[in-house]
Amino acid sequence: MTVDESKLDSIIDKHDVEEGSLIPILQDIQTEYSYLPKEALEHVSQRLNIPMVQIFGVATFFKAFSLKPKGKNQIHVCMGTACHVRGAKNVLENLERELGIKAGDTTDDGEYTLETVNCVGACALGPVVVNNEKHHGQMTPIKVESLLSTKPV
Amino acid sequence: MISIKELESLRREIIAGRDTNKPRITVCGGTGCHASGCVDVADAFKSALKSNGSEDSVDLIVTGCHGFCERGPIVLVHPGEIFYQKVTPQDVDEIITETVGKGKLIDRLLYRDPVTNEVKPLESDIPFYKKQMRLVMGNNTSIDPTNLMDYIAVDGYVALEKVLSDMTPEKTVDEIKKSGLRGRGGGGFLTGRKWESTRNAAGDTKYIICNADEGDPGAYMDRSILEGNPHSVLEGMIIGAYAIGANEGYIYVRNEYPLAVANITTAISQAREHGLLGNDILGSGLNFDVKVTRGGGAFVCGESTALMASLEGKPGEPRAKYIHTSEKGLWDKPSNLNNVETLANVPLIMKNGADWYSGIGTGSSKGTKVFSLVGKINNTGLVEVPMGMTLKEIIYDIGGGIPNGKTFKAVQTGGPSGGCIPESMLDLPVDYERLAEAGSMMGSGGMIVMDEDTCMVDMAKYFVDFLQEESCGKCVPCREGLKRMGEVLTDITEGRGRIEHLALIKDLAEMLRDASLCGLGQTAANPVMATLKYFEDEYTAHIRDGKCPAGVCRELIMYSIDSDKCTGCGICLKNCPSSVITGEKKQPHVIDNENCIKCGICYDVCKFDAVIKR
Repeated sequence: MTVDESKLDSIIDKHDVEEGSLIPILQDIQTEYSYLPKEALEHVSQRLNIPMVQIFGVATFFKAFSLKPKGKNQIHVCMGTACHVRGAKNVLENLERELGIKAGDTTDDGEYTLETVNCVGACALGPVVVNNEKHHGQMTPIKVESLLSTKPV
Repeated sequence: MISIKELESLRREIIAGRDTNKPRITVCGGTGCHASGCVDVADAFKSALKSNGSEDSVDLIVTGCHGFCERGPIVLVHPGEIFYQKVTPQDVDEIITETVGKGKLIDRLLYRDPVTNEVKPLESDIPFYKKQMRLVMGNNTSIDPTNLMDYIAVDGYVALEKVLSDMTPEKTVDEIKKSGLRGRGGGGFLTGRKWESTRNAAGDTKYIICNADEGDPGAYMDRSILEGNPHSVLEGMIIGAYAIGANEGYIYVRNEYPLAVANITTAISQAREHGLLGNDILGSGLNFDVKVTRGGGAFVCGESTALMASLEGKPGEPRAKYIHTSEKGLWDKPSNLNNVETLANVPLIMKNGADWYSGIGTGSSKGTKVFSLVGKINNTGLVEVPMGMTLKEIIYDIGGGIPNGKTFKAVQTGGPSGGCIPESMLDLPVDYERLAEAGSMMGSGGMIVMDEDTCMVDMAKYFVDFLQEESCGKCVPCREGLKRMGEVLTDITEGRGRIEHLALIKDLAEMLRDASLCGLGQTAANPVMATLKYFEDEYTAHIRDGKCPAGVCRELIMYSIDSDKCTGCGICLKNCPSSVITGEKKQPHVIDNENCIKCGICYDVCKFDAVIKR
């Protein structure tokens, strides 16, 4: 994809243009494009004077970043301990079956990305599924199916 | 910029301008209540108050987490501190006309004791709250976290005033040392000693960092403190900066906590506007400012050197700590890292004195601790208790015991570095030392309760899988050791276990402990060793008998239908994703075990307990 360099510059210029700002800048690019386009990383590399190898290291180390585009709807299934003991695995597996993809993947039509998250910090309501940033508590494999018809606002 | 005197008079003005008898509706806006729909409830109150013209006569505030997440959305009505639970937008008009207007209670929204069936209209009467000592979490129920004036009105920044006007940095460090405060994030290191070594380290530039990268799955107290009372953390940080001599601070907060990021960011800009951050804070000569950095989503970044690497824009890999971060930390400068809850304790200590603080708790563990009491327990939520309370009191008196008539099996504390504690040890008083002696640890305060349906081998595998994924891969013992340990546990849970595997697990555990670079690997075997110590019989049941006693490990269980109980309603057949259930309407159904994927949906949906798992 082609990225708009002036848009990237406006993202970069919101931060101090220095090495310590790499992660916050990548986070903002991830929010803007829902992934980290290669061209964007190359631009960041030039602006911050950081070698691509270091940027690639950071982009692949942290879970917040993705090098592949994500779906329109992002579903995160919490796999924290409290959710685990209350059956989060069964909830995840039913979502995988319903969507026909494994956790970490995006459906072919680009509608859904299914991911796991280690803990979303809503442990009292486990199992928790976060659908487009909205938390849904006390999920069951059957209840979770109703989230799939919810379109993003 | 305002002076200490001006801040004091601002506080007097705020308090004088507030009518304590004015009706107030408080809606809990913590993440738990968000998931239960509190935003709609708060909106409904707003529009209802507007439409009946009582916007000025009734205060409406949305606060941080009240702790009793299981009963959300929670609404408190003042005067009277009336506690309403599971409130929906449909209840809003009635609350305004009946409770606020006429002082009448709405029975269906009140808390009812599940055991005695007694109605408890006031928050303070509810057993969940009664035994707690909410020093850190207490103000969460009364302040709007986005309003600095609310914090100032509850004596916020009084501790900072006291420190800046009466105390030297050295005296501040001494006071924290005397209080006995220990780190609430994991290790339990003495906070005062940490401050002292950063203060004494050579160099002019020093940093204070707040670790809000709450990574332990099952713990969410730091999130709730930052969301509900961000200024308390900020005040602790400013005091810390003064004590150690830092001019710059960072708050490293999880990206998964957007509300916490928003509320702390708002708090910082308010503090700047009022001269509580920036140059010459309150006219004292102290220069200090704070930046918020969102974490990238790596558990290992809870470790100090990994967190600092990530702040420098590098992958979050830890380094060996031959030189402590208090001497060479962020950008090789002396750096002090404290966890959110630790910092939130600081203003309490400075305001009330070290002697007051050290009077709470046990010999070596002072003050209170917030636990997230979750899992298989009736009253799930955040609880704050004095150190030394027994597990039994926490789980049964506050937590209300185990739901659905099941029996308690174990409680897991300390997250992936901790362990589990069996029923025979429920009288254990909770403090740093007692938990360590029991093979677990305090950690950041997760307390996950498990019942008879939880498989302890599966739990061990869960934590090893978690850590294997989160291991940064820098050192071989952790990277490879966890992988091998995970393979052995998978074999056991899938019916390929051999009795020699138990000795192999112990060998791997020792190697991980002795040879790993950082705390993640060094403590990684704790959850496995603790389950092996107290629940070896479950391991042998898997290995010798090929059975999972809790009915969790899929390869070792089978589903069938009890033909006496099955009414032929067809709900299992309808919901079975692999279409392996057959049967005529009103006739007992049958599961084709050959093709069953053991997803357990039939077991969950059957209303007649006719599906058997064994």
